[in-house]
Amino acid sequence: MEFVAQHPILVVSLIKVVVLLFLLMTTLAYVTWFERKVVARIQSRIGPLYVGAHGLLQPLADGVKFLFKEDVTPPAADRFVYVLAPFLALSLAMASMALIPFGPATINILGVPTHLGVANVSLGLLFLFAITSIGVYGVALAGWSSNSKYPLMGGLRSSAQMISYEVSLTLSVVGVVLLSGTLNFNDLIAYQSGHWHYVRFLPHWNVIPQFVGFLCYFVAAIAETNRVPFDLPEAETELVAGFHTEYSSFKFAMFFMAEYANMITVSCLATILFFGGWLSPFPEHWSWQLYIPGVGLLLGGILLAYDTAMNQRGVARIQLAVVTVGALVIGAACLIPAVMPIVQGPFWFLLKVGCFLFFYVWTRGTLPRFRYDQLMDFGWKFILPVSLANLVITAFIVMVLNR
Amino acid sequence: MTLPLVLFFVFAGLAVIGALLMIFLREPIHSALALILVMVALAVLYLLLGAEFIAAVQIIVYAGAVMVLFVFVIMLLNAGEEERTNISKLAHYVGWPLGIFLTVELVYWMLRAPVGGGASTAPLAPGDPTRDLSMLLFKSYLFPFEITSILILIALIGALVLAKRDS
Repeated sequence: MEFVAQHPILVVSLIKVVVLLFLLMTTLAYVTWFERKVVARIQSRIGPLYVGAHGLLQPLADGVKFLFKEDVTPPAADRFVYVLAPFLALSLAMASMALIPFGPATINILGVPTHLGVANVSLGLLFLFAITSIGVYGVALAGWSSNSKYPLMGGLRSSAQMISYEVSLTLSVVGVVLLSGTLNFNDLIAYQSGHWHYVRFLPHWNVIPQFVGFLCYFVAAIAETNRVPFDLPEAETELVAGFHTEYSSFKFAMFFMAEYANMITVSCLATILFFGGWLSPFPEHWSWQLYIPGVGLLLGGILLAYDTAMNQRGVARIQLAVVTVGALVIGAACLIPAVMPIVQGPFWFLLKVGCFLFFYVWTRGTLPRFRYDQLMDFGWKFILPVSLANLVITAFIVMVLNR
Repeated sequence: MTLPLVLFFVFAGLAVIGALLMIFLREPIHSALALILVMVALAVLYLLLGAEFIAAVQIIVYAGAVMVLFVFVIMLLNAGEEERTNISKLAHYVGWPLGIFLTVELVYWMLRAPVGGGASTAPLAPGDPTRDLSMLLFKSYLFPFEITSILILIALIGALVLAKRDS
């Protein structure tokens, strides 16, 4: 206990890291479920159905399967790098989440007031880019160390792709930084509070003046996370499974989780930079908006209860009943006056991130894959010039307005 | 020992180990990885000094861009293990004395340095260090800065010309 008293920040940070990791791992698992369900609906299928109600236990079953599969290391592989690559990919993907702030409220942990988020770095945006810029190594080294043709091709492609799109990704964000004049996430969000002077109902979010920047950012972000339509590093039809062809068991699962963690990070960043982070879209004086999280969860709980009672049978019914009770209890807790202001930030933040994740899945279900030369042309000859032009015009306007 | 001091020794040690590994490992990719370790450890040391901007840029530019290109080229050429040769007599006879001289010199000046490190450990001036840095870079030293970028552009064009010569 003496140690706790001496280093309060260390202990509190550790607690926050553990909580965040737990939440992140659970979210990762359920993002895969969400993706499979949504893609299935887009393709007129049903998706995971048999393990648990609505296939809700499918992620758990997948995790167990990954753990118990045989872990094969190719004899010709470079053992050290081969093991290092998935660790690097996953740990970097998760480390970037530490920089994301989830809400404006301060909470007390062990009597120490602290904010929602692990680290509040004054140059948060730069550090996030620093972490994403090393993220290339996970994929590149995996491709190289497998010592096999397809992974090498996949690794080469992906490093080329990630280097190319990282330039546009960074440039498209500079417009936002110029407007708000800060690199700190909290200040970036604070800049977006309030509404436009002339159009009162529009929130003062950066997406409106920086719409072009947002489009460039999102396209580059999809390419940076190697997702459809830019998933050339693992194009099944050409490269078997790309850079992780030789990986099996939990090492494969680590790449899989890293990909989803990157998706979440990129969505969080889009929310913070362009969509006002944890800010609610409604004017501040509308006090009824405080009830939205609680009432929304309660309504969801009632829907689930209806589904439990009418459609589910046997074990699935018990499982869904547990989820229902959870939703109802959390919804009721959100209506307690002491809790209500704290949940506002995280609620809006996670809602916006959820929308981006849905958009990711939607593009995956809709668009075909790019050809490699098209991808490079698109990145260097279209996205990069557009984001550069956006940067120059924004800089000019900011200069004129500040005179 | 305070926490920053412990962190300093951990990451300074990592930087030294990484530098040694970079020289002694024989597989090019392993050497590149060791060099990345040095870069990241140095970034953490900058962070301990309170230079957050430099730390982030160190990682973005060196670990995230320069070394990615190194690794990319090594992968592309599929370079094998390097071979040890004894061709350079110059390195053998001049290198060792020069290396020892440099070490002695460094140790000498480090011992001569005032205890506590003088200016380097002084708390940073109040204000935004990023702003101060950009003021220096884009106001006081604008001319050298622009000259450097032209230098890099020349190198880039030179590389293009050399690469295009064959076709």
